[in-house]
Amino acid sequence: MSQHKEHPPEHAEHKGHHILPVLTGAKVWIALLIFTAITVAAARFDMGNVNFTVAMAIATIKAFLVVLFFMGMKYDTNENRIIFFSSFIFLFIFIFLTYSDVLFRELVMK
Amino acid sequence: MSHDAPAHGSHDNYLTHKRGLWSWLYTLDHKRIGLLYLFTILSAFLVGGIAALMVRTELWKPGKVFLDPDGFNQAFTYHGSIMVFMVILPLIPSALGNLILPMQVGAKDVAFPKLNLLSYYVFLFGVILAVATLFTSGIDTGWTFYAPYSIRTSTATIMVVTGAFFMGFAAILTALNFITTVHKLRAPGLTFGRLPLFVWCIYATNIIQMLATPVIALTLMLLVFERLMGIGIFDAKLGGDPVLFQHFFWFYSHPAVYIMILPAMGIINEVIPVFSRKNVFSYWGMAGAVFGIAVVSFIVWGHHMFVSGQSETANFVFSLLTMFVAVPTGIKIFNWVATMYQGSIRLTTPMLYAMAFIFVFLVGGLTGVFLATVSINVHLTDTYFVVAHFHYTMVGGAIMAFMAGLHYWFPKFSGRMYAEFPAKISWFLIFLGFNVTFFPQFILGMQGMPRRYYSYPERFTNLNQISTVGSYLIALGFVLALFYLIYGLLWGKKAPDNPWGAETLEWKTSSPPPHENFIREPVVTHGPYEYQI
Repeated sequence: MSQHKEHPPEHAEHKGHHILPVLTGAKVWIALLIFTAITVAAARFDMGNVNFTVAMAIATIKAFLVVLFFMGMKYDTNENRIIFFSSFIFLFIFIFLTYSDVLFRELVMK
Repeated sequence: MSHDAPAHGSHDNYLTHKRGLWSWLYTLDHKRIGLLYLFTILSAFLVGGIAALMVRTELWKPGKVFLDPDGFNQAFTYHGSIMVFMVILPLIPSALGNLILPMQVGAKDVAFPKLNLLSYYVFLFGVILAVATLFTSGIDTGWTFYAPYSIRTSTATIMVVTGAFFMGFAAILTALNFITTVHKLRAPGLTFGRLPLFVWCIYATNIIQMLATPVIALTLMLLVFERLMGIGIFDAKLGGDPVLFQHFFWFYSHPAVYIMILPAMGIINEVIPVFSRKNVFSYWGMAGAVFGIAVVSFIVWGHHMFVSGQSETANFVFSLLTMFVAVPTGIKIFNWVATMYQGSIRLTTPMLYAMAFIFVFLVGGLTGVFLATVSINVHLTDTYFVVAHFHYTMVGGAIMAFMAGLHYWFPKFSGRMYAEFPAKISWFLIFLGFNVTFFPQFILGMQGMPRRYYSYPERFTNLNQISTVGSYLIALGFVLALFYLIYGLLWGKKAPDNPWGAETLEWKTSSPPPHENFIREPVVTHGPYEYQI
């Protein structure tokens, strides 16, 4: 215990994991539950072409909450943040190129 | 490469450091774990090889030879699944990577030795789970597990895909371990500009494994959920999209081709400079090309789907993007040849395999450019042309390079030499057999023989028989290799520490290496391929 007090807080943050306060964790959890309920509710309405956008927007917000708080990215170094978020480029490639198929299939059918 | 060469007066080495079965099963030594991987993977290779011989024997003549159609479907499915997931994918990164990479960076071990052992057991569990289906209802989907057939078939799809899931998980753990090792445990003076190209290649492979493998894990689990719960994801009858399965599957499985090939290229990068006694031509061109291939590998998966019902827009985009792979690959081929140019070439067994690699990979790569062209692909899809192409690329590439690496590092990890003469005969049989097996398949494919068919018209008989004879030649070559390597392991001449006069760090320690690789930490003072002719 005494050793911990000798280190300045910012140094400790770089050395170890940030411990998420229980209250913050609970708030994020409740937010995730609310967004899950919104996902279910949104699925009951047919919004046509917007269906996919709405579902992805809600899922993205939920994913960001998990990444920022539960995965601790909010408290991490910039280097690790860049590496983490660069992986989204691959997710973008995956979705974008798959949609180059899905969005244009009807043209073939016509 | 260096160096403050470590002394090795002690006779203690990693093979004798601890004795007994448990010392192997609980080992945290990366070299022993590498040998465990090697033993497991080569056992799987034997099973996959037998399945291949069954397929080729059944195709000796039209109609039944000894298998019924269901048995034939199962034989090619096991051959493909075992060879892809249990052999070629982990063969070089996990087996030779574990044996060599930590030594090449001058480390005592990998960054997380316990995680390394865990990844081996996760892999082993996956292998057992998948192979155990041989004793149940088997599997007949082909190694691609395409929906909706894989959802509806009564065979043991769930066990096999769950096995593949565990093998993928093991690959992710190994990749994480190696990436950390390369970043954190390099010897003093070993800058990124002095890394052996094998390390660069494994590093790039690890990045692909980290990014792509979760997608196949997700895909296979969705398949399991669909089978178990009837959720409509991929089956059109349930409201799903079968083409979506192919997008998911190939988003991983195309980069997976480069998980097989980049480490193979890494071995060739080591072998050619050593046996040409020349510095590698364009070090940064080689390292850059590896990452070029890794990046492009993620944006070309749709070329597997030109006739799947995918949109014409996607076909155009993926065809164009696929052509780009030829650029970094071409750079590598030209650089290998340029490295050999005016070198003092020694035709040892590893060098023969390396040269065989260049030849077969070139044929595989160029026929890949044919197949990337939509108009040609439409005619050749699902014919033996494709079978020949991917065998030239994946098998010719990965297995030739593995054999080069196995012979090149054999004196290091075993402490003994193999016999060159039978090794060269074996190389000849494998190289000849490989081309006799697969070259006729290009012609069969051009003539319209579809892949995965149990029987065929009479006019294809001769070429099929030539192909089958070739497969027996390959088998003979591997049986010979098994014998002389076991003989070398037990009774071979004791190997000197650096029999090939190589410059990379693994050759600066004793053969076999001590438990923690180096008695004293090596210090690197120059690049890995600075040879004088």
